[in-house]
Amino acid sequence: MKFKLSALLGLSLLTGVATAAEVNVYSGRAEVFIKPLLEQFTQETGIKVNLLSAKDDALIARMRSEGRNSPADVLLTADVGRLLRAEQDGLLQAVESEVLEQRIPAQYRADSNMWFGFTMRARPIMVATDRVAPDAISSYEELADAKWKGKICIRSSDNVYNQSFIAAMIAHHGTEKTEQWVKQFVSNFARPPSGGDRDQIRAVAAGECDITLANTYYLAGMLNSDDATERALAEKITVIWPNQDSYGVHVNISGAGVARYARNRDEAIRLLEFMTSDSAQVQYAQSNHEYPVVEGVAISETLQKFGQFKADDLKLDQLGAYNAEAVRIMDRAGWR
Amino acid sequence: MSASETIDKYHADTAAPAASAGWRLPWRPSPGAVALFLIAIPISIPILVVLFHLIAPDIEVWNHLRRTRLGEYVSHSLWLMVGVGIGVLLIGIPTAWLTARYDFFAKRTLVWGLMLPLAMPAYIVAYAYIGVMDFSGPLQSLIRDLTGWGFGDYWFPQIKSLTGAVFILSMVFYPYVYLLARSAFLEQSASLYEVAQLSRGAQRNPLSRLINSGFMRVGLPLARPAIVAGLMLALMETLADYGTVHAFGLTTLTTGIFRSWYGLGQIEAAAQLAGVLTIFVLALLVLERTSRRRAAYHHPRAIRPIEPIKLTGWRSLGAFTVCLLPILFGFLIPVLQLGSWSLINSERFLDQNFIRLALNTLGLAAAAALLIVSIAIAIVALKRARPSRLRQAITDIATMGYAIPGAVIAVGVFISLGYFDNAIDGWMRDSFGISTGLLLSGTLVALLFAYAVRFMSLGVFSVDAGMARLRPTMLDAARALGHSPSSVLFRVTLPMIRRSLLTAGLLVFVEVLKELPATLVLRPFNFNTLAVRTFELANDEMLIEAAIPALTIVVIGLLPVILLSRAMTKGNNAGC
Repeated sequence: MKFKLSALLGLSLLTGVATAAEVNVYSGRAEVFIKPLLEQFTQETGIKVNLLSAKDDALIARMRSEGRNSPADVLLTADVGRLLRAEQDGLLQAVESEVLEQRIPAQYRADSNMWFGFTMRARPIMVATDRVAPDAISSYEELADAKWKGKICIRSSDNVYNQSFIAAMIAHHGTEKTEQWVKQFVSNFARPPSGGDRDQIRAVAAGECDITLANTYYLAGMLNSDDATERALAEKITVIWPNQDSYGVHVNISGAGVARYARNRDEAIRLLEFMTSDSAQVQYAQSNHEYPVVEGVAISETLQKFGQFKADDLKLDQLGAYNAEAVRIMDRAGWR
Repeated sequence: MSASETIDKYHADTAAPAASAGWRLPWRPSPGAVALFLIAIPISIPILVVLFHLIAPDIEVWNHLRRTRLGEYVSHSLWLMVGVGIGVLLIGIPTAWLTARYDFFAKRTLVWGLMLPLAMPAYIVAYAYIGVMDFSGPLQSLIRDLTGWGFGDYWFPQIKSLTGAVFILSMVFYPYVYLLARSAFLEQSASLYEVAQLSRGAQRNPLSRLINSGFMRVGLPLARPAIVAGLMLALMETLADYGTVHAFGLTTLTTGIFRSWYGLGQIEAAAQLAGVLTIFVLALLVLERTSRRRAAYHHPRAIRPIEPIKLTGWRSLGAFTVCLLPILFGFLIPVLQLGSWSLINSERFLDQNFIRLALNTLGLAAAAALLIVSIAIAIVALKRARPSRLRQAITDIATMGYAIPGAVIAVGVFISLGYFDNAIDGWMRDSFGISTGLLLSGTLVALLFAYAVRFMSLGVFSVDAGMARLRPTMLDAARALGHSPSSVLFRVTLPMIRRSLLTAGLLVFVEVLKELPATLVLRPFNFNTLAVRTFELANDEMLIEAAIPALTIVVIGLLPVILLSRAMTKGNNAGC
C-alpha cells in the first residue's frame, strides 16, 4: 500500500508531462453506460481514456477547486442544466468543429459552442393501459385537471428531471401560471413522492395510481429486463406523447464540453466528434434506449414501439436558467 | 520539560479522567495541547471550510427555506434520531446482555450473527426492503393473488415512510450498541454482581425484580459509557444518512443539503443546513457529557470473569428468538432478496472485473483503518494525558465529521486540497518556473484524508471507551515504577485495550468498505470500488444488476465481522 501511494504521488508529480495520447474524462454518466463507448473510441483512435464517474454537481465542484491544474479534458453529463452551470462557472471552452456543427441540430448545442448534446431523453406521460384511454390526455397542462385527483404518481422534486420539466414549463408559460399549475398538479398526487421513475411505473402498473411522468428509457429498460415480473409490469403501461399540437414533449439531453484548462484539447475534441459518429450514436440508442440527436440514426426496437413524437423545440439554455425558480415553485407547492 | 512541569504533569495524569483543569492560557499552551491541536486541526479543516459559508449567509435563500421546507427537514431528522435511538437501544442492549451473561441454544453462532448487519450498507438494505415490501413486490403480490384483493382493499405497512426508515436504520446500526455494550459487559467482574446479589434480598414483584437485578444495578450503569458511545455512533450515522431517506423519498436535513446545493445552486444554503446538522451533533455531544459528569467508570477489570448462566427450556428458546430476530431482519431477509436478484443475472458475474474491484476496496479499507486507529490513539492519549476543556473541545472538533454527510465532507476535502495544491503550484511557478500540478487532489491520499475526516470518531470513541475502563491506579503504578508516559502508553495501556483497538480498526474497515459519496467524487481516474459499482447500478434503478456487487460487499464485510467476534471471545479468556 505504501509503495502504491508513493508511486501515485510520483505519478501526480508528472501529470504535466504528456506521454502517449490520452484524454481524461469526468463523467456524470455511470461507468457501465459510458465504458463500452469509450473502449470503442480507444480502439478506433488509439487514444487512451481515463475515466472518473461521479455525480455531475460534485464533479463540477471538484473541477472548480482544482482550477487551472484540473486534469479534466472533457466533462460529460446526463443533464443540460449541469452543462450550463459548468459554462457559467467558466469551466468549459468554446470548440470550433465542423463535424459537431453539422451533425448536431442547433437546438441541442450551445450557441457559445461550449457544450454539445449527444442523446435526447424524452419525458412523456405514461398511463395504465386498462384504466386510462390513450386519448384521455393530450397535454401536460391537463394533468392539473381535478378529474385526476388521487390518480397521479411522480417522483420527488429533488430529481433533476422534474426540475428541468418545470423549468421548461416556466419558459413556456411564465412563473405565475406555472406555479398555479404545479399547485393543482400536486393536489392530484395519489401519494407523497417516493422512489425513482421505475417505482412510479411499477405503482401505475400495480394499480396504486393511473398516471405518471417518466423518462422513456426507464420503461424501455423494464421491458427488456431479466426479471419476468418487471417485464409483466411494464407491459401494462401505455406511453402518451403530450402537447403534440402545441410545443411538444419535454426533452433533456446528455452531452459534453471540453474543459477550459484541458491539456489534451485535440483528443478531447476527437472524443466529442466520435460521440456523434453513426456507430456511437447507434450504440447509445441501442444500449440505454435514448434518442440519438443525429438525424437518420435508427432508434431501438422498444423505442420504435413507443411511436413517433414531436419534441419540444425550446432552446435548452432556458432549462438551466429557470432551474432554481422551478425548485422554489415546487417547494412552495409542497411537492416533496 | 522542566522538573516542576514534569511533577505538575504527573499529578495531572494521576487525577481522575473527569477532573477538569479548565482553560489553558492561550499564550502558554502545554506541548501536549499543541500536539493535539496540530493533529486535530487538519482533520477538521474540510468541515470548517464548508461551515465557513455560514459567515456570509444568503438571507434570501435562507428565508425561502425557512418559509417552505426547513421545519419539515428539522422535524424529520429529529424524529428519525429519536426513533433510531430507541430502536438501537432496544435491540442492542438486550442482545448484548443475553450473549454476555447467559448460555443458550445456538449462542455461539448468534454472537457473531448479531454483528452481520454491520456489513450491510444501509441504502442497499433499503432497496432490498423496497423490493420485498412494495405494492408490486412479491409479498403484496402474493396477498393479492391469494385473496383477489386490489389496491386499497387491505392494509399493508408502507416501507417508504419515516417509520420504515427508522426500522431500516435501527436494523443496520444496532450492532454499534451491541458490540460496545457486549464487550463492556464481558469485562465486568463477577464479584460486583455477587455484591449486588447479596444486597438484593427477596423480590416478588417482577418489576422490582428487574429494577433490583444485577443488570439494572451493576451491568447497565457500568456499561453506560460504552452504550452511550455506541448510541452516539448510531445517531451520527443516522444524521448523515442520505441513501436510505433518499430511496424512501423522505425529506431530512441531508436531502435538504443536496436539494439546496444541486437544485437551487446554492452552496451557501447547503452549508447553512450542514451547519444546522452540526449543531445537532454538538448538542448530542454536550448531552452525553453532562449526563455522565462526575461519574467514574473504571473498576477492577475482570479479575474473575463472569461464568455465563446456562438457560434451559423455554428460557433458552426465548433468548434464542430475541437474538435471532435482529439477524433475520437486518441481514437474512435483505441478503435473500439480493441473492434472488443476483441469481437472475448470475452469468454476468464474471464479465466484470471483480477481483480488481474487490482488491481496491480491501486495500483502501485496510489502509484507512490503520491510519485512523493510529491517529485516534494519539488524540485520545493526548486528551487523557491532562484532561482539560480545551483538549476536550479540540477532540470534539476532530470527531464532528461522522455526522456530516460524506458528500459534504468530500466538497470540503477537495476545496481545501485544491487550495493547498494550487498554492504550492503557484509558488513553485513563481520561484522556480516549475509547475507541480496537483500534488494531492485526485490521489488516494485525498481519499484517505476524507475517510479520516469522516470516520475519526469511530476510532476515537472506541479507543476512549477502552481507556475509560482502565483503572488509573494501574497506570499510576506503572508511572511510579519509572516508566515515561509514552512507555506506559505502549507497554501498558495499548496492550490492555487491544480489543478496543481491534474494534475501532474493524469498524473503520467496514465503514470504508461501504462508504460511497466521498469515494465516488474523490477517487483517482480509473479507480473503482464495489460500493461505487453498486451505487452506479442501483442509482439508475438497475437493482437486479446491482445485487451482485452489493452481495460482494457483504461477503468481504463478513470477514472482519467474524474476526471481530473471534477476538472478542478470545480476549475474554486471555485475562490480564
